[in-house]
Order: sequence, then structure tokens, then C-alpha cells
Amino acid sequence: MNDQSNKWIGKRTIRPDGVDKVTGRAAYAADNSMPGMIWAKVLRSPHPHAVIRGIDTSKAEALPGVKAVATAKDFVDFPLDKPVPIGIQDMRWMSRNMLAREKALFHGHPIAAVAATSQDIAAEACKLIEVDYEVLPWAVEIDDALKPDAAKLFDFTEFDGKPSNIAGKLEHKKGDIDAGFAEADVIIERSFTTRPVHQGYIEPHACTVSVGADGSTTIWSSSQGQFMVRAMTSFLTGIPQSSIRAIPAEIGGGFGGKTICYLEPVAAVLSRKSGRPVKMVMSREEVMRATGPTSGSKMTVKIGAKKDGTLVAGQGVFYLQAGAFPGSPIRGAAGCSFTPYTIPNVLSTGYDVVSNRSKVAAYRAPGAPIGAYGVECVLDEVAQAIGMDPLELRLKNIARDGTKAVHGPVFQSIGFAQTIEAAIKSEHYKSKLTGKFQGRGVANGWWFNAGGESSAQVNITEDGNVVVTTGHPDIGGSRASIANITAELLGVDYNRVSVLIGDTATIGYSNLTGGSRVLFASAMVVTESAEKVIEQLKQRAAKLWGIDASAVVWENGEARPSGQHTGNFPTLTLAEIAAKATETGGPIGAGSQQNTTGAEGGFATHICDVEVDVELGTVTVLRYTCIEDVGKAIHPSYVEGQMQGGIAQGIGWALNEEYVFDKQGRVDNPSFLDYRMPVCSDLPMLETIMVEVPNPKHPQGVRGVGEAPLVPGPAAVCNAVSNALGIRFHDLPLSPMRVLAAIDANMKQAAE
Amino acid sequence: MAKIHVTTTINGEPTEFLCDPAESMLDALRGPLALTGAKEGCGTGDCGACSITLDGRLVCSCLMLAAEAEGHEITTIEGMAEGDHLHPLQQKFLEMAALQCGICTPGVLVAAKSLLERNPDPSEIEVRYWLAGNLCRCTGYDKIVRAVMETAADMREAAR
Amino acid sequence: MTDIRYLAPQTLDEAVGAFAAATGAARILAGGTDLLVQMRSGMVRPGLIVDIKKIPEMMAIEETADGGFKVGAAVSGAVLAEHPKFGKAWPGVLEAINLIGSTQVQGRASAGGNLCNGSPAGDSVPAMVAAGAVVTVQGPGGRRDIKVEDFPAGPGKTNLKPGEILVSFTLPPRPKGSSDAYLRMIPRTEMDIAVVGVGVNLTLESGVCTAARVGLGAVAPTVLLVADAAKALVGSKLDDDAIAAAAAACSAACKPIDDKRGTIAYRTKVAGVLLKRTAAIAAERAARNA
Repeated sequence: MNDQSNKWIGKRTIRPDGVDKVTGRAAYAADNSMPGMIWAKVLRSPHPHAVIRGIDTSKAEALPGVKAVATAKDFVDFPLDKPVPIGIQDMRWMSRNMLAREKALFHGHPIAAVAATSQDIAAEACKLIEVDYEVLPWAVEIDDALKPDAAKLFDFTEFDGKPSNIAGKLEHKKGDIDAGFAEADVIIERSFTTRPVHQGYIEPHACTVSVGADGSTTIWSSSQGQFMVRAMTSFLTGIPQSSIRAIPAEIGGGFGGKTICYLEPVAAVLSRKSGRPVKMVMSREEVMRATGPTSGSKMTVKIGAKKDGTLVAGQGVFYLQAGAFPGSPIRGAAGCSFTPYTIPNVLSTGYDVVSNRSKVAAYRAPGAPIGAYGVECVLDEVAQAIGMDPLELRLKNIARDGTKAVHGPVFQSIGFAQTIEAAIKSEHYKSKLTGKFQGRGVANGWWFNAGGESSAQVNITEDGNVVVTTGHPDIGGSRASIANITAELLGVDYNRVSVLIGDTATIGYSNLTGGSRVLFASAMVVTESAEKVIEQLKQRAAKLWGIDASAVVWENGEARPSGQHTGNFPTLTLAEIAAKATETGGPIGAGSQQNTTGAEGGFATHICDVEVDVELGTVTVLRYTCIEDVGKAIHPSYVEGQMQGGIAQGIGWALNEEYVFDKQGRVDNPSFLDYRMPVCSDLPMLETIMVEVPNPKHPQGVRGVGEAPLVPGPAAVCNAVSNALGIRFHDLPLSPMRVLAAIDANMKQAAE
Repeated sequence: MAKIHVTTTINGEPTEFLCDPAESMLDALRGPLALTGAKEGCGTGDCGACSITLDGRLVCSCLMLAAEAEGHEITTIEGMAEGDHLHPLQQKFLEMAALQCGICTPGVLVAAKSLLERNPDPSEIEVRYWLAGNLCRCTGYDKIVRAVMETAADMREAAR
Repeated sequence: MTDIRYLAPQTLDEAVGAFAAATGAARILAGGTDLLVQMRSGMVRPGLIVDIKKIPEMMAIEETADGGFKVGAAVSGAVLAEHPKFGKAWPGVLEAINLIGSTQVQGRASAGGNLCNGSPAGDSVPAMVAAGAVVTVQGPGGRRDIKVEDFPAGPGKTNLKPGEILVSFTLPPRPKGSSDAYLRMIPRTEMDIAVVGVGVNLTLESGVCTAARVGLGAVAPTVLLVADAAKALVGSKLDDDAIAAAAAACSAACKPIDDKRGTIAYRTKVAGVLLKRTAAIAAERAARNA
């Protein structure tokens, strides 16, 4: 890993897919069309909770131009009492989320779908579908769903032996918290709430699906995993996976929200029924109403510390909205929040709460920003209570190599301390705030990071160039990093390496683009493939020279004899060997398929400066720095990009993003106008400090970098605002109305 | 319902097409005209991914009827590079990694080009407010703003 | 499926004729930044779309004989911003119009559309009210003038008679020592609908405010002309007491609703805050215009 000797790793190369993306040629899912293609639209529930007594599609089917209508009856039935887990999802829920079966569970829940010769006809036909609903009481918010008399979404979910909307519980325990708190000089306990926020990808979900008369099925769609699309489509339609070819289109953002399907199995059913290719594109409103935002939450966090700043006990209780089906990210909230610290006594509990809003989907370090929000805000108060610098308090207690995390594993080679030290030493942290209502906040965040299944194929072309195929949709520039690694390993020029994302028929199984796993895992399979290719190249050179392959070395993209005693041959370049491949044994290329392990967790520290307009309640972010242990930055620009994107999403979550529901249980702000993600003029330049503590379990030292930089964001911003005003905030978002109300309440209190 | 025949100029090429009276320019571009570089992120003028210019003025093609193109000049992202010669903004976006997923990129580039045509030396604030209608969820805008400002500096230098 | 016709007449008479003949099924298309969104959501399904941008008067910016301005109803914010003189005379009106949407929206959206949309939160309207602008409308019964503050009739509603089309805004001449300003409160820095908007137009003579008009948006079913706020300013040197009285008058004039964009308490308080800030900017500009 000697940087000096690296020619391509660590370089800011131009991404292989770049020219297509700056010229408008890159084909995203909605850009595809096919001869004979028809369009499908979805009829959605007008009620947040209702029994579906019957669906009459006859009038819709009779409308000229309508080619097929689908309801849940067209899907494979997965009975509610038999779990069918696929990856992190359960087909019972996925099936019912795509087309409601027994009940409509949220406003906007798909009820039926129509394919017709035009979008207008499909939309018109949806209106002709008659649904017999028995409207039921409903609950959107956690508190409402947990009331004893709340309407229950499911009959089979029980808690403490009673029917309940609590669908699951997770507990992490270490030591004895009662004993821990007994030792504490300072105990801070606070309750917090966060609102549901959407991943906010700019590209709505879209697909085109063609099912031939023989059942052979081709899917073009944008997703975070073509193999996930294939599996879910297969399970829900009954078409065998071998008959499905899922082709990954370029993807216009996902952030976790495209790790599940909404459209492809529906389009497959409609295509099978109609005999025509079917295209579906969601509107922005449909995205906001019916695709997964992350959970809203309520939580209580209690932390005990000694006067010297030693943390002795931590307790967290986290309730997360799952939406219409079980499966909120309690693992991230309860599992990640205390993990950065060495605390001897911890009890962290998560509850999965179903309610009548759309099913949550993963969002960048799912659950972790929620848990970190509570813990990092309380830590700030602990630091204040004992008069300690908030970063020094964290550094004193930080997990180090050998620390056993509350959720189980023992850390082996982590850069938490180095990251906080870099933050403390940063110019930003040393700088002074200059204005009256300015404040600074800090926070840490940790995310598991994932390994898992990946496949790669590295082929040498006849003209001596390199084609790499992997199986993960490239959302943020991963092709560039894969090309850097390949060029480095083979010793060839970066521009001679092409990187392709294979479809399900052309590359082996590869798990999702998610969990910050893509470069970690694909670098491992690409490395193994490249090493195999190098062995082949050495063998071919040996054959040409008539010597033993063990006497050949590969250096700087050339084969040469290992020493003078092996013979005096001129070196052979990759191109020269490739040109003679036919006569030396045929095509040169190799693949690798692994279930990768060793993805060490990701850790980030944020420093945020804000200024509050105390008459309007508006918060301006003045300066922001993300410091992250990035393992090894294979392509620094795209690592910085992940850090900056995470910062921006954290600021949005903290300040203005939230789902607003009206009195009928409908999303009241299903547009980019009223769902307020940060715009360009809202943000300052976003500073990054990459701390490189290589992951010893990875050939290039890679750690996942994509998710950790969101985790500290909401807490860092909240701590900054609290610091600016001397008022602690516990509920997100810190919208102008909420901030001004707190200022006014505080002034009133002071006056009394 | 009769379709409307529209005669217009797109990326310098005289172009004719048919559209429904209520069809948006974006739908016409992405449909019959097969110019899918302009993207639909919202369809309501809130994301800027469908940005084009109409007689040199930056607009959202989702907020314009296709029929309104009659007699006017339209440019899209597909008209930004000259042959295989990228516009300096396109080149700079690649060099500075000012895109991640790339879905907002066509709109951002069209908007940024329109800015530099009017203001060759924009301040950071001017760039940020000009691009406020171009949502990007990946980058936090940092590298986009830097790339626009560096391109502006390069173009000023080249114009000397 | 939908039977829509599109018409782009060259003359106002032709436009009025077609619009009136459609008896309510027609919609006027200026910049389209509201209309296309409403059509897409299914909120409106016009039988006829009358594009008025080929009508010269709708697209013209003229200086009037007395030194004021006449601005065509379909002039876009971007075009108005490029006018060499308009923004110097009416910086508040211009900044209000230029706050409607993004740069892209500015390329199309017009003050006429903003007013006809009937939203109490339209940014240009409070500034136009403060400016004392008068609109000219033309219909089957001929032309008439309406004060901007009398134009809206409620959320989404106007006092246009059937078949009438908004033609132009007329702004009065700008005397020495006089200027205007507009501020709005939004949660972000751009791309939002005003939670509160305040336009102030005032005249100073030797530091004394001799004339003032205050327009207040997004706090009532229609944009308000706040006479009490103006009264508090006129005759004062815009001292703290006078400003505080005007701010209080603005807060008192609020009849807001609680909705997803703002609470009653928030809107009421912020109306006063913005009055203070807007009046300060207008006064500073007026002093420079001496």
C-alpha cells in the first residue's frame, strides 16, 4: 500500500461512464423504449387503512386500448404466517406492498395496475376500476399506533402476549446498566423525536419489462441490484430466475431506496398478460406517497459519566416506524448508536412499529442517524455538564482496537481515535466563531458496512486492452475506482481498462449496491480475477520463451524473466501476449465469485457551524467539515463526494426535511416544492478530511465510505443550533417555526 | 383530437414534429424527438433536471408546451458538445468529479452554461443562486459549484 | 383522451374572442409555470389553451408619458430584470418578481400569471400592491383598470369578469426620495412558497416619511394593503417607535391559516419582523434616490 509506488490507486481519474453522463447519452431506466411497448399505471388506495372486499376490473378491461389489468391475484400468494426472507426483505411484505391483497395499508398503496396503449388511457382505465373498501380506523404516527385501542394492521403481531402494532424487538446488552449508572457522577436522560425523511433520489422508479410467449423475460430498470430485481420478480410471478434477464440501467440515485422493487414484478405480470413490452414510470408524487422514506422515530437516551469524563453506562430505547409492513431499521438505531464508544454497561433496545404509512426502505446507514441523533445530543450535554470539550470527551471514550462493540464484534483495526484527533487538530475546530447567534456542534457516527456476494470477470481483448465486468449498479462513480485498481494490478494505463456492469445473464450473482459494500467487495473479486489473469499472462510468456512459468514475473504491465539465469528474453507487454493468445492457449481472462468478509465498520466525525436568525428562526450553515476513516481512498474525488453528499443529506434531515401528513392520513407534501431538500444556495462549501487507516482484511485497504458520513449529521447540526442559542432541541426538524417557537418560549420563561 | 404540427429548431437543426396540444416540451423531447438527455425528476419545475434553453433563455421543459416551440430555437444537453469536442463545463465536470449518479447532470450543465454566457465571472453566491433550481441529491453541490467557477476562470483566461 | 385545443393568437381581440367564446373552459397560458403544474395534477382540464405570448402588448415594457412603466402581463421575470431602467425605479417590484421560482422559472413566469393564479402567497403581488400598481384588463365588454389590491377575490380566485384577460400592469412615476423593497420568509433560501411576504414602498423628504404603502402576502385569503402600517410610517422619521407600530399593524392585519407551510403564530410574528426589515431596505434605497 505504498502510496508512492501507486500509479493509479489514489488518483483522480476520469470515470469510464463520464462522457455519456455529461452529454445526456447515458441511458437511465425511463430512457428506454421498445417496439410495441405499452404503458402501465397504478391505481392507489384513497384510504390509509381499509379491507379490500372486492375489485371489479371489468369496466377498465373494456376500455379501448387497455391490454391488461393486474391485481394481487396475479401474484404468487405468500400466506401471512409463513416467512419467505430474501436478503433483507420478506416476500410476504414485498408482494403485498407491490399490490395490496387483503387490505390497503396506507394512502397510496397500489391496488391494481393497468397496461394500455397510452399513458392517458391507462390512467383513465384506473379510474374505471371499482374497489369495494371497508374503511378502517388508522394510525400514522408511532404514539397513535401504540395506543391500546389503536387499529391493528395485522392479526399476527403480538407484544407481551397482546395484539400490538409492535412487530419486533431487538436488544443489545453489555455489562450491568444499573451498576453502571450507580457509579456515575453525571446522568443525562433525554427524549427525542425524528420525522420520516425520504431518500430523495432525483430519478423516479422506472422499468420496461418484456415477457415473451416462451416466458423469457427481459427487465430494464434502475435499481440498486439487478439480482434483487430478478429474485423478487421470480418469486412474485413464478417465472424461474433462469428465464429472467434483469439489465441494470444507469441509476439516478438510490441511497437505499432502490434496494427493493415497486414496479418490475407488476410490469412482468402485465407484459405476460398482454403479450407486449410494458413500461412503467412513477411520478414524483407517487415516489413521495408510496416508496420508502426512512422511519420516523421516538427515543429515550440516558448516559452516565464520571466527573473525569469516563462514560460508565448508556441506555437507549428506540421506537422506529416501519410503515405498512414490519421491518424498520432498528438494528441500525439500536446497534450503531453506542458502538463508537467504550462503555462498560449498555442496554440498547429497538422496537419495530407498524403504522398506516408507506413501507420504509433503506436510507443510507438505515437507522443509524436516528440512534446517533439521540446519543450524540446527550453526549453533548454530558460534556457540558462536566465542563469538558465535546470532542475530548468523545476521544477519551472512543472505541479502539480490541474494544468489544455492544452488538458483539471486537474491533481489530479501526481509525476512530485518529479521526477524532484529526478533527481536534483541524483548522475548522481551532477557528473561533465570530457572531452573536453562532454555534458549533460536533457528533460522531458509525455504520456496520457490509461484505457479501460479488462476482467479477476480467477479460483481455485481442488488442491487449482490459474489460472488467462486475455486478453492482454504479451509483456514485464506483467504475472509476474499479478501473484504478485494475490498472494498478495489471500495470496498464487506466484508459485501457473498461468497466461494465453486467446483467443477470452475463455476470455471476452479486448482492446489492448498498451497505457501503460495492468497492469493498468488487475490489476483492476484481483483485482475485486480475491475479488469475496475471498468472495466465506469465504462463503465456513462459510458453513463448520456452521456460517455466515460475521463472516469469509480471511488472509494470510486462512479463520478464525473473533473473538472468532463466534466460535473456526481451520483455513482453500485455498487448504482445494478447496478440499471440490463440497460439499460446486461447482467450485470456478470469473470473471470481466470493462471499466477501472483513468489511470493517465506517466511522465519521462532523463539525458544524451555524448562525440563527433569532427573529425568523432560520438556521444558516456557515461551515461544515466531515472527517472520516476511509480506509484507503482508491479515488479520492468520489470518496470526498460521498462525504459531501452525506453532509448535505444530514443537514436536510436536521433542518427542513419531513413528511407532513394531513388529517386524512395522506402525505401532504409529496413534491420537491414542499419536501424541502437542500438546494444549492442553502449550503456552504463542504470540507472533507480523509483519514486513511487501511482495512487489513482488504487487498487495497478499502473500507466502505458511503453511509457513515450521513450518520452524525442530524446530531451535529442540532448540537450547533443548541450551542448557538443556549436552548437544547430534541425534536427534528429544526424548521424555522420550531426554532422560533423555542426561542419565544425561552424568552417568556426568562421573563417570568 | 388533432395533433399539432410544430416547426422549430433543436440544437441548430431545423426540426418538425407532431404533438398533442397539452403535451409538454419534455415529453416531446423524450418521446417523438428521442432526445432523452433532459430528465423528468418531478414534472413540476422543482428539480431542473429537464432544463433546456428556449431562444437562449434557460427554462424547464416540463413547464413548457411542446406546441410553444413553434418558430423558436431550442437547445438541449445533446447540443452542448461540438462533435466529439466537449464543452469546457462538461470536461471540467469530469475532471472534478462534479457528478455522482449523473441524473441531474444534464440539467445542471445546461443551466451552468446559460449562467456563464451571461456572467463570465460569477461569484460563488451567484453560482449557488443561479443553480438553486437544479436539485442534486448526491454531491452536496460542492464540486458542482467549484467546477462551474473553475470553468469560468478557464474560459476567461482563454478569451484573453 | 382529453380534447384540448391550443391557440396562439397574434392580437388581443382574437385572444379575448376565443377566450370568451370558450365560456370558462379556457385557460390563459403566459409562462405556464402554474398552468402546466395544475394540468399535470388534474386540478384543471382546460378545453382551450390561449397562449398570449405572441401578442405584442402582452410582452412589452414601456415607459409611460408621466415617467411610470407599463409592463405586459406575460413579460417574464428574466426579461424584466434585463430592462435597463425598470429595476432602478422599482427595485422592490423587480426583486419580488425575481423571487418567483428558480432561474428556469424566471425564464417564463410573469407578474400577470402570478396575479391571475390568485395565490395569497404570490411573491410579486404584495410588491405590486405597495407600488400602487394598476392593472388593465380587456374582455368582451371592453377595457377597464383595477387596482392590484382589488384584483384577488380569495385563494385561487380573481375579480376578472367572464372572458376578461389581464393585459398589463401600470406603475406610477417614481419621485425623488422614494423607493421600494420586498422580502419574504421561506424555510430554504430559494425554491419555496412564501410563508409571509412584505412589500414596502415609501417616500422620504428630509428624512421624514411623506408617503408609504405596505403590501402583505400569505397571511390572509388575499394579499393585503395594510393601511394602518402605512399610517404608522407616514409623518415619522422611521424611528424605532414608528417601525414598531407599523410592524404591529402588519401582525394585526394577519388572518392566516395553519398549514403545512406555516402556523398562525409564526406567520403573525414574522409579518412584523419582515415589515421592519423591508422598511429599512426601502428607506435606505429611498435615501440613495434623493
